[in-house]
Amino acid sequence: MSTQAKVIVLRTAGTNCNSETAFAFARCGAVVEEVHLERLFSGKVHLADYHIMALPGGFSYGDDIASGRLFANELRLRLGQDVRRFIDDGKLVIGICNGFQILVKAGILPGPFKPATHRQSVTLTHNDSGKFEARWVHLKVEGRSVWTEGLKDIVYFPVAHGEGKFIPADKKTLQALGHSGQVAFRYVDENGADALYPQNPNGSLEAIAGITDPTGRVLGLMPHPERHFTHTQHPYWTRFGHPDQPGDGARIFQNGVDYATRTFCA
Amino acid sequence: MIWRIEIKDKEGQFDSFGSGVHRDIQDLGLGCVKSVRVVQVYLLDGDIVAADVERICQDLLIDPVVQDFRYSDTPFKDHFAASAVSKYRVVEVAYNSGVMDPVEFSVLKGIRDLGIKTVAAVRTARQFVLEGSLTAKDADLIADKILLNKIIQHARKSPADAFKPLTFKTVSGVAPQAVNVPLRGLGDKALMTLAHKGQLYLNVNEMKTIQSYFDKLDREPVDVELETIAQTWSEHCNHKTFRGRIKYSIREKGKTRTRLIDNLFKSTIMKATRTLDKSWCVSVFHDNAGVIKFDSRHNVCFKVETHNHPSALEPFGGSNTGVGGVIRDILGTGLGAKPIANTDVFCFAPPDFPAGELPAGALHPKRVMKGVVSGVRDYGNKMGIPTVNGAICFDRLYVGNPLVFCGDVGVIPAGREKKAARKGDYIVVAGGRTGRDGIHGATFSSGELTHESEVVSSGAVQIGNPIEEKKVLDVLLQGRDENLYSAVTDCGAGGLSSAVGEMGAELGARVDLDKVPLKYQGLSYTEIWISESQERMVFAVSPRNFPRLKEIFDSENVELAVIGTFPGTGKLELFYQGTQVCCLDMAFLHDGTPRITKEALWAQPRHKESAFPCPATFNEKLRQILSDYNVCSKEAIIRRYDHEVQGAAVVKPLAGPACDGPSDASVLRVKLDSKKGIVLSNGINPRFGKIDPYWMAASCIDESIRQIISVGGSLDEVALLDNFCWGNPDKPDRLGGLVRAALGCHDYAVAFGTPFISGKDSFYNEYTDKGRSIAIPGTLLISAIGIMADVNKAVTMDLKKPGDLIYVIGTTYDELGGSAYLATYDLIGNNIPVVSAKAALKAYTALSQASAKGLIRAAHDCSEGGLLTALVEMAFAGGCGATAILNAVPFKGERRRDDVVAFSESNSRLIVEVDPADRVAFERIMAGVPMGMFGRVQEAPDVFAYGIKENLCLKADIHELKAVWKTPLQF
Repeated sequence: MSTQAKVIVLRTAGTNCNSETAFAFARCGAVVEEVHLERLFSGKVHLADYHIMALPGGFSYGDDIASGRLFANELRLRLGQDVRRFIDDGKLVIGICNGFQILVKAGILPGPFKPATHRQSVTLTHNDSGKFEARWVHLKVEGRSVWTEGLKDIVYFPVAHGEGKFIPADKKTLQALGHSGQVAFRYVDENGADALYPQNPNGSLEAIAGITDPTGRVLGLMPHPERHFTHTQHPYWTRFGHPDQPGDGARIFQNGVDYATRTFCA
Repeated sequence: MIWRIEIKDKEGQFDSFGSGVHRDIQDLGLGCVKSVRVVQVYLLDGDIVAADVERICQDLLIDPVVQDFRYSDTPFKDHFAASAVSKYRVVEVAYNSGVMDPVEFSVLKGIRDLGIKTVAAVRTARQFVLEGSLTAKDADLIADKILLNKIIQHARKSPADAFKPLTFKTVSGVAPQAVNVPLRGLGDKALMTLAHKGQLYLNVNEMKTIQSYFDKLDREPVDVELETIAQTWSEHCNHKTFRGRIKYSIREKGKTRTRLIDNLFKSTIMKATRTLDKSWCVSVFHDNAGVIKFDSRHNVCFKVETHNHPSALEPFGGSNTGVGGVIRDILGTGLGAKPIANTDVFCFAPPDFPAGELPAGALHPKRVMKGVVSGVRDYGNKMGIPTVNGAICFDRLYVGNPLVFCGDVGVIPAGREKKAARKGDYIVVAGGRTGRDGIHGATFSSGELTHESEVVSSGAVQIGNPIEEKKVLDVLLQGRDENLYSAVTDCGAGGLSSAVGEMGAELGARVDLDKVPLKYQGLSYTEIWISESQERMVFAVSPRNFPRLKEIFDSENVELAVIGTFPGTGKLELFYQGTQVCCLDMAFLHDGTPRITKEALWAQPRHKESAFPCPATFNEKLRQILSDYNVCSKEAIIRRYDHEVQGAAVVKPLAGPACDGPSDASVLRVKLDSKKGIVLSNGINPRFGKIDPYWMAASCIDESIRQIISVGGSLDEVALLDNFCWGNPDKPDRLGGLVRAALGCHDYAVAFGTPFISGKDSFYNEYTDKGRSIAIPGTLLISAIGIMADVNKAVTMDLKKPGDLIYVIGTTYDELGGSAYLATYDLIGNNIPVVSAKAALKAYTALSQASAKGLIRAAHDCSEGGLLTALVEMAFAGGCGATAILNAVPFKGERRRDDVVAFSESNSRLIVEVDPADRVAFERIMAGVPMGMFGRVQEAPDVFAYGIKENLCLKADIHELKAVWKTPLQF
C-alpha cells in the first residue's frame, strides 16, 4: 500500500488547467499523474489505482455543442462503471470549471451517479451576460464536504467561463440540494450578503457556484481554487504583502490529500 | 438521407446570445425588432433511422434542462413560412462551402461515441428569429451588418436551401500532369499582366529574373514553381523593404540631403543587437522567435506577429488565426517551446465612427473591434494561454486597415533552441488537414486592400480550430522531450511552400504532394502546396525515430504523415501522383531575389498650432481625457480573456481592490515553484508618429522599459521586439517615416542597453476608396520582456495607504505634441516628447533598487494623458484620494503653465508612492535623480490639485472620475 495519496488529473483535447491543478495536489503531498483519457480507454491506466480523480478546467473538445458535453458522454458511456466503483469505494472526485460542467452533464453531480439510467437534473449554461468573463468572486462556504472542511467562511477565487449559470431542472431539485447540504459554494458580495451581477458573475440560480454529491466526496465548482493556491495569485496581494502565505484555495487540495492519505494510505 | 434538427431554449429560459444580438440590432438604430431568439440547426447526412436521430438529440445535442428540440427529414411546415407573416422574420446563417467548422468534427465524434456509425456528414447553421414588424430589407440589413460575414457565411432563404448542400463541391478530374506557364519571350507588360492575374504580387524586375532563370534551364516554369517563388519572394516572407536598398532623402529648410541605406534591417535593428552583444541573448532574429536566457535550465522566447489584412475582412477569423499563428511560432521555435503568455495590441478606428463616412467595403470599426476581441478570446482561452498584456489605440485612419498584433511567450529547456534537418530525415506534416483555405495569404498581405478585396481574396481568410492546435502542443512537447525529431517549424503564411522551403533551404527537399492529408478531395497540387490551412506543423524526423513519434501522436489522436524527405540535393522537387511538378534550386529560391532600391523621403510635417488659454480648472478637460478611447478603461475587453490560466500571473492586467486599475506591465512566474519571473510590456503611440516617427520609436522604447521599472523590474536583462505597420513602402513619404522610426529604434535600443531579439513588419496598410488612398499612420509597437529576479517584490499601480508620500520621478517638459490633452482641442501639435536616455537610465536604475528594497508602495508610468491622468488613475484604482501640487513637479521649459505641467506627455516619468517612514532611505537611493514630492495619499475619496501659484485647479470625486473613465468601451 502506498504511503502517499495518488491523484489522477484527467485530460483530453482542450483540457488546459491540468498542470496548475496537478501542482496544487503535489504541493499538498500527493503523487500526481496527468493522464490522457485515451490511456484509460485503452486499459493502460486504471482508475482504481488512484484515490482522487480531478477533472480540471479547460475547453474539452472546444466545448463544441455545449460545455463539457463530449467529455461527459465519454466518462459516462466508456468509464461509467469504473467511476461508479471509484465513488462507491469512498474515493474523492473534484471537478473545477470545465470539470464541474462535465460532472453535471454526466449525471455524476448532484448524484447519486447511475451510469445506466442517466438523467441530468441540473445544468451549467450560458452566462446571462452572454459573454465569457474572467473575474474574482467571493464565495460563501456551505454544506458538509471533506473538501471544504475548515475553509474560511468566505473565500475569494477567480472565475473564467462563458457557461457557468447553474440551473436545476425544477424547484424540487433545487430545494433538495439545499436540504441535503449539497450546496457547497454560493456567490456573495464581499460582506457575505446576497450577490447580484457581477458578484454573481453568471446569473446562477440561488447564486450556486458549487455543489457536492450526497456523500460530499464529489465536489464540483465553477471558480478556480487552484488559481488562489498561493498568496501572490491574489489579485491585489501587493496591498497586504506576505507573498509566502497560502491562498484561500490551498485548504481544499490539502483536505482532499489528507482525507485520502488518512483513509487509504494509513 | 438528410435530417434536420432544430434546438432552441425552453420557454422561459433567458436567451443570452439572442439578447446580445438584439442589443447590436438596437445599436444599428432598428427599434422595430422586439426580440431575437436563436435556434441551433444541425443537418445530418447518412443512412440514419429516426430512432438514432432521437438518441443523438437526447444524449448529445441538447441540454435537457434548458433546451427543446425537433427533427425531420422533410421541411417543417412552419419553416421559413414565418417570414411571410409580418410578426417574425427568420434569417438562417450557414458557413460557406470549404470554411472550417470545428463543431462539425465534434458532433461527428460525439455521434461515434454513442455507437452510431451511419452518419456520414454534419453541417451546422444558426437561425435568428427576429420578432417585430420589419421589412425584408430590414432583415437583409441586419443579416449583412450583424448576423453574417459574406466572406465565410451565407443566409438561407428558402426551405429547399435548408436541406442542402451537405457535401463540399469537389473539383473533379484535376489533371495530374504539370501545367506550364509560358514566360519565354514575354515583354515587361505581358509579364506584369501575368503577375497580376496570378495574384503573384511580384514586380517587373522579379518577373524578369524568373524569366531568365527558366531561360537558362531551357524550359517554361510549371504553375506551382511560379507560385513557390512568389510566396518565397513576397514582402511577407522576404522583407524586401527592410532588406533592400533605400535611397533616403531628408528635406530640411529647402535643402535635400540623400544617402543610400543598404539593408535597413541590418543597419538599424540588428546593428543595435550586435553593438550591445549581450551574453544572455541566446537566439536572435533567425528563428521564429527571439530567445533569451531565463535561468540555468530554461530559456524564454517571445514573438509578436501581425494579422492585419485578414482581420480587416473577417475580424473574428483574422485575429483568431493571428493568435493561432503566433502560438505556432513559439511551438516552432528551436525544437519547440511551451507557450505561457499571450499579449494582444489592436489599432482601430473609433467605435463611434459615423456609418455614413465609411469607405466602400469597409466593416464598421465597432464590428471589427468586437470580432477581433472575440477571435482573440476564442483562441487564447481555448489554448489555455493567459492573455496578460495589451493595448488598444484608436485613430480614424485605421478605418480600412485595423491592426492586430498577437504576441506569445514560451519557455524552452536550455540547449533545445538549436535545430537542423538532417540528410535523410522524413518530412512530416502533423496536426490539421490541408484544405482550400488561406490560399494566397502571404502574397495577399503584400498588397493594398480595396473594396474588391473581399471578393478577390476571400480564400485568404480562415477560421481557426484552437483545440486542434492544443492537441498538437500536447504531443509536440512529449516528442521534443524524447528527442524524436531534428527540426520543427510552423506552417504559416505560404503554407508547406514556406515551411518545407525554409527547413530544406540547405539540403533541398523532395515532397510527394498526394501524401498530404486533405480535408476533402479535389485540391490541385498547387493548392496543396500553398494552402495556409491552420494548425499544421512540419517536422524533420529520422526514419528510426518516426515510429515512436507516431505512437505518441496517435495516442492523443493527432494525425501525422510522411510527405517526403530531405535528400541533400539542394533542390526543391515536388511530385504529384508520380509526376514531377517542380524542380527548383533552393539557392535561386532563397537568394535569387533581385535587390531593389526604393526611394524614401523624410520632411518634418508642420501641424497646426493654436494658442489657447490655460483652463482655470481641469475638471472638464480631465473628464475629456479620461473618456478618450485611447485612455479609457479597457476592462470590458480584458475580462473576455482568461488572464490567469496556468496560475502564474503575479501582476495582472487589472489592479487594486476593485480589480479595475490599469496595470502597467505583467509579471509572471515562469515556474510555479520559483520566485524568478518575467515582466512583459508594450509601448505604442501612433499619435507621436504623426509628428516624428524617430521620437515615436524612442518614446515607445522608453514606455515599454518604464513600465517594466514601474512594476518593480530592472533593466539588467530586457529584450525588445519591433513591429512596424506601415502604408505602401513604394511611396517615398511612407518609407521616409519608416526609416526615421528604424533609426530611432537603433539609437535608443543602444542607449538603453536593450537589444532587439525579433521583429516583424507589415506593409501596404492602405485602403483605396474612390481612387483615394487612406494610409494608416505609421505605427510601431515595441514589446519588451525582462527577467525579474524576485516576483515577490512586484509593485502595482493602485495607491495603497492614506498619509503616504507621492513623488514624480523625472523632468516634465513643454511637450504637449501628440498628447491626449491637445486632442481635446482637435490638435496634434509639434512639440513631441523626446527622450534623454542618460537621465532616464539613472532614474530607472535607482528606482529598481528602491523596489528591490521594498521602498515603493505603488508606481505608475506617466504616458497618455500625462501626470495628472496617471495620478487620478492611481487614486481611483486604490480607492484612495490624493492631493497634488504642480509647483513641486520638476519642470524645464519656457511655457510653465498648469496645463502643460499636468498634461504634457514627457517621457521617462513615473509616479511613486512611498511610506513616510521610508522617506530617507528612498531619497538616498534616488539621490541625483530629478524628482519632486508633489502629493500625498488621502483617506477621503477626492483628488485635489493645486497649480503653480497654489491655485486650486482640480477637485474631483474619484468614484465619479472612475465612472467617466470606465464607461466609453463598456459595450
